Amino acid sequence: MCLAIPGKVVAIEGSDELRMARVDFGGVTREACLAYVPEAKIGDYVLVHVGFAIATVDEQAAQEALSLLAEVGEIEDLGKEGVDLRKEDADLRKEET
Amino acid sequence: MPSRIESLLSCPVPLDDEQIVQMAHGGGGRKMANLIERLFLPAFDSPALSALGDGAVVEVGGQRLAFSTDTFVVSPPFFPGGDIGSLAIHGTANDLAVCGAEPVGFSVGLVLEEGFAVESLRRVVASLADASVKVGAPILTGDTKVVERGKGDGIYINTSGIGRVRAGVNVAPDRAAPGDVVLVSGPVGDHGIAVMAARSGIEFETTLLSDSAPVLPLVRALLDAVPDTKVMRDPTRGGLATALCEIAAASQAGVRVDETAVPVRPEVRAACEVLGFDPLYVACEGRFLAIVPPARADAALAALQNAAGGTEARRIGAVTAEDPGRVVLRTRLGSHRRLERLSGEQLPRIC
Amino acid sequence: MRHLDEYRDPAAVRVVLRQIEATAQHPWTIMEVCGGQTHSILKFGLDELLPANIRLIHGPGCPVCVTPLEQIDRALAIASRPGVILCSFGDMLRVPGSSGDLLTAKARGADVRIVYSPLDALKIASREPDRQVVFFAVGFETTAPANAMAVQCAARQGVGNFSLLMAHVLVPPALEALLSDPECVIQGLLAPGHVCVVTGYRAYEPLAAHYHVPIVVTGFEPLDLLRGVLAAVRQLERGEARVENQYERVARADGNPAARAVLAEVFAVSDRKWRGIGEIPASGYALAPAYAAFDAERIFGLEELAVEEPRECLSGLVLQGRIRPTECPQFGTRCTPEHPLGATMVSSEGACAAYFHYGRTAQAAGGR
Repeated sequence: MCLAIPGKVVAIEGSDELRMARVDFGGVTREACLAYVPEAKIGDYVLVHVGFAIATVDEQAAQEALSLLAEVGEIEDLGKEGVDLRKEDADLRKEET
Repeated sequence: MPSRIESLLSCPVPLDDEQIVQMAHGGGGRKMANLIERLFLPAFDSPALSALGDGAVVEVGGQRLAFSTDTFVVSPPFFPGGDIGSLAIHGTANDLAVCGAEPVGFSVGLVLEEGFAVESLRRVVASLADASVKVGAPILTGDTKVVERGKGDGIYINTSGIGRVRAGVNVAPDRAAPGDVVLVSGPVGDHGIAVMAARSGIEFETTLLSDSAPVLPLVRALLDAVPDTKVMRDPTRGGLATALCEIAAASQAGVRVDETAVPVRPEVRAACEVLGFDPLYVACEGRFLAIVPPARADAALAALQNAAGGTEARRIGAVTAEDPGRVVLRTRLGSHRRLERLSGEQLPRIC
Repeated sequence: MRHLDEYRDPAAVRVVLRQIEATAQHPWTIMEVCGGQTHSILKFGLDELLPANIRLIHGPGCPVCVTPLEQIDRALAIASRPGVILCSFGDMLRVPGSSGDLLTAKARGADVRIVYSPLDALKIASREPDRQVVFFAVGFETTAPANAMAVQCAARQGVGNFSLLMAHVLVPPALEALLSDPECVIQGLLAPGHVCVVTGYRAYEPLAAHYHVPIVVTGFEPLDLLRGVLAAVRQLERGEARVENQYERVARADGNPAARAVLAEVFAVSDRKWRGIGEIPASGYALAPAYAAFDAERIFGLEELAVEEPRECLSGLVLQGRIRPTECPQFGTRCTPEHPLGATMVSSEGACAAYFHYGRTAQAAGGR
């Protein structure tokens, strides 16, 4: 029930209190209400819960946290868009077997 | 002597403490399994039935025949990638295929609701016909009933099919043994998500289609290369995880699955995140899983991957001696958890 | 999926696990508050991956689980009234009331509908003006803004056949109730990340200070949870007790101001009974007087209900983290998802349901 997931705003309709958006979650889109994130614009990532966006995702904060982790662990490509994480899994499994 | 039914009704241990049928009884999960095991199997007392395969295999005049039936109540009746007609033929044809059988023919029983559009009926009939041609076996017999408006939700279809089991092929859910390898013929969860999307207002960037399709060509390719395939199953309601739970229970062996090896389309994964579902439990309609002896695993995978529509076949796990009757998942993080059957239904009216 | 998959990366997870191992010199008991966090821990097997001296206990953050039996009985009573459409999130449908659940009521002919968003319920009300549409408003502060907005819209649009059956609960008072108990064993808390997205986390500062417990605002993905544990362990090893934010990408100290404003207008803080815990003062939301016309309890005039929980159900102890689901004698035997004795076995965020679905038995749990 606290299921909230991040998606990208790809279209915005309406300008009254019920400002609605089409949000893209990794290739599937769904409608969400932007009333609680008036600053959200197309291209922003928002966190959606029961049909409402409740926050915008702070890309910089996310990147900083992940970069720090990547440095500590000497991991390349962590959090960079477009990296095939499954490929990493396959490589890691080879390491372990 | 009281009839079997009477003795059931007076049995001191109640079936459940429920008195009415619920949606969960049709969900493919534990409630349905309980219904089958405690009501149907004792009442019908039939060894072929009790084997609980996708179809029953009986021997008639020296030829093994597979016989399967399925009823389709999918809502909505038309969904991306198919409709209730194509589903009805492919579903039963696939059940025959995973018994190792070549289809001989089908029956089609229609229950139509007064008011259902004839144009929609035409579309469904065309789909049934198309599918029967694709599968290469005719519709031999049929029946049509109409019920009053409000009593039937458009259209329900029952199909039954008979097929000839290939000589030398012996697949059954209880044949899995430690060391055997588990394969899946392609990505899982497409059908359930395609139907769910049609209902829940989610759209796909690239249209996701139900994977409803005949598995027979792939099964043929597999059995040509590995006639000693031990188990085949098509994971419909309850998805891959449920099918594996049933096999683990029937074979009294453990099954280990590698989460990272199970193929799932990115958009299915994303839709599952949005809807709160687990792709391992979402229905497929054009896929099957196969369990083969370890020495034949490479040949089996190659046969599938080289066949049309089989390029995404994968090796996903193995049968073990540990944890007999249980399915264990190795997660992408290297931890383990058991895959249990769901209690009810995740997605109602998906098939 | 961006902003999701990165937090399930095995290499990154291994890095944080190593950091936890290196940092944790003593045994620590940490509670994750939210049911969604519990499920994530079990689904990804994080408890298996953590070093043995870190013990995770599961908190009361499952709004479905803590909805009082009386409220479920009220929902059942309302659903069976003629002309009513009862709308609910899917989770509530299988939670047992005194005599069956909403799903059984539906099977018996009540018009019970699952909705994804309260706005869907409002749409139904607009489309069916001669029916009474009641939305079962269950949830923590995460969900309250959505429900509040639905009420505001109903008021603005003059929709007169829409109401809420209120069962909203608030996290900080529940934590206070747990922490103030002399038998409390919680040494660190992972605060519910999405609740804090809405409310901010200033309300947790007095708790951390007074009870000397580090409170880390934590997300839901494996990397989030492990970073939350690491932050808590670091503080514990140093004897610190502050509020810290691990979920920086979406949670801010003052939360979501627009949401908080609407909450303040539409809802008023009220006393609430928590199933399995008891009454906690000022721990829930009721509709503010200006919105009383949308209160289903008023509209349907439901009297005080006296209810009795099945005596063998120990979900209260599970919700407080006193016992694990597997330590309950009924777990997996008399109490299963098909025959639940309490809500924790039914809800998608319930700890008992998580243990059952992810195959934890007393042996598998390893007594941790």
